[in-house]
Amino acid sequence: MGAMGTVTVLLFASLAERAGTRRLELPLEEGATVGEVRDRVVAQFPQLAPAVPTLMYALDEEYAREDAPVRPGSTLALIPPVSGG
Amino acid sequence: MLIRVTEAPISADEGARAVASPAAGAINVFLGVVRNTNLGRAVSHLVYDAYPSMAEKEMRAIAEEAKARFGLEDCAILHRTGRLEIGETSLVVAVSCGHRRESYEAGLWVVNEVKKRVPVWKKEVWEDGEEWIEGPESLGMQQAPASMQR
Repeated sequence: MGAMGTVTVLLFASLAERAGTRRLELPLEEGATVGEVRDRVVAQFPQLAPAVPTLMYALDEEYAREDAPVRPGSTLALIPPVSGG
Repeated sequence: MLIRVTEAPISADEGARAVASPAAGAINVFLGVVRNTNLGRAVSHLVYDAYPSMAEKEMRAIAEEAKARFGLEDCAILHRTGRLEIGETSLVVAVSCGHRRESYEAGLWVVNEVKKRVPVWKKEVWEDGEEWIEGPESLGMQQAPASMQR
């Protein structure tokens, strides 16, 4: 399976601070899921690993499950537990 | 329906004006404000981060759902981001409807939904440190293994 396009990954709050960036572009493997892209991000930034059990995900601004397929050109946000209000 | 994530100050007046309607007998406004302590620790100030475009989408969905669920005339949700000092307003929820009971019920429901699923985060800054807060009501904490829940 070759790369086909890219995915933009957004990091916020504690994740952005720990990674030192709010945004990265990754090549997207054909058929990759949200969870697989997340694993690639964690491989690049191992300091994010402890946050994984409480992460939520959004694909193009809609909450998405870990097994959802990621389309080329889409934006995946890694969302730590929200604390607004 | 007024929905906004902004770094500028937000006010009760703005929320109340936005939901005014000739059909409303009740307007209920909730303000979330920055408190000077949390879990016994003195808070210096808060810093809010957000995913603004998605936050506004989620806030709009919550407001639409509240209107249908409680028969509201209108609903406004404003969330501030950036640095907020003690006493400043971080959240405004305003609802208008026929009578008082549903105005209170709807207002509480909307605030609870905001805390569950709107992608906004607060960092507490103390005299001697700081920490990003993980909301106990958030969807993320609710899916966590029991050992990680506070």
